[in-house]
Amino acid sequence: MNVIIMGCSRVGARLAGMLDSEGHKVTILDIDPYSFRRIPANFQGNALVGSGTDQDALVKAGIDSADIFVAATQGDNRNVLAAQIAQHTFNVPRVVCRIYDPIRQDMYRELGIETTSPTKTGADSLRTLIGG
Amino acid sequence: MYIIISGGGEVGYYLAKMLLADDHEILVLEKDWRRCELISEDLGDVVMRGDACEARTLEEVGTARADMLIAVTGDDEDNIVACQVAKHKFNVPHTVTRIKNPTHRPICEKLGISHTVCSTELLLAHIEQDLPSHPLVPILKLRGGELEIVEVKVSPESKMVGKKLSDFRMLPNSLVCLVVGKGKEPFIPTGDTVLESGDELVCVTESGDEQKLRSILSGL
Repeated sequence: MNVIIMGCSRVGARLAGMLDSEGHKVTILDIDPYSFRRIPANFQGNALVGSGTDQDALVKAGIDSADIFVAATQGDNRNVLAAQIAQHTFNVPRVVCRIYDPIRQDMYRELGIETTSPTKTGADSLRTLIGG
Repeated sequence: MYIIISGGGEVGYYLAKMLLADDHEILVLEKDWRRCELISEDLGDVVMRGDACEARTLEEVGTARADMLIAVTGDDEDNIVACQVAKHKFNVPHTVTRIKNPTHRPICEKLGISHTVCSTELLLAHIEQDLPSHPLVPILKLRGGELEIVEVKVSPESKMVGKKLSDFRMLPNSLVCLVVGKGKEPFIPTGDTVLESGDELVCVTESGDEQKLRSILSGL
């Protein structure tokens, strides 16, 4: 499958490496080329400098033939805007989005975007770790 | 009217000031406490520190009874999200966003934001009025001679639209050699070719004759 990942954060880079080694065609996008140092050495996909909310950059990244778009930058608003551009403008079949703010996550889930909140999952896993 | 302004920068401040003068109820939401202090010193108790993208903040300031939310922070993303939250969570009837990136306009419209103001587009519209309406773009200067290849764009309001190429009295050493149009294959025109809005004419002309060529093609 063709996957575009926006944001070469630790999470983005790690996910890119995972999908790439599973044989998917991965393009990772970040405005800061320095972030590409996080990409694993054996990565076969593409790394492009560009903003995921910029339509020209998205076209360059091959969004027209993308099966999945992942928004994984540090900014909630940037993520939801990019996710909605991918969904509404480019009709990408699956769009997943990271949102730190759990309240905003609920709203965007209602609006039809698949979301995950690291705040929620992080707190939950710490709670489990503490036990008791 | 109760109007919420997201972003207390220069735009937000002056908007608030002018709308207050028109007797509207105004609330400015601003993240930076220094801007908050500055605004409240000047305009009174009309500013709250907070992020308009957060539903909780909007709830606190009674967004459900707001008539309008205007988002004028420096970030397109933040502005669009604030409008979206206001519209979907609080049913605010009028949402206005300021954007800088013109390509964000279609998504704003799809998301149902009432008004999108793009400062870049506004600037460009003003500049274009002062620029020649038939821009002629030099593409290539041919080596070893005085000839060059230029491109002339047929704008929608141009007098060239609907005219045949043979209607123009061409210069002796100028030739329209290719027409590139939207949604059609580039082709070599004849005298009978009718020009359409959006066509780009690739021409050969003598260096120094560009201005003359432009005025001939623009029918001036």
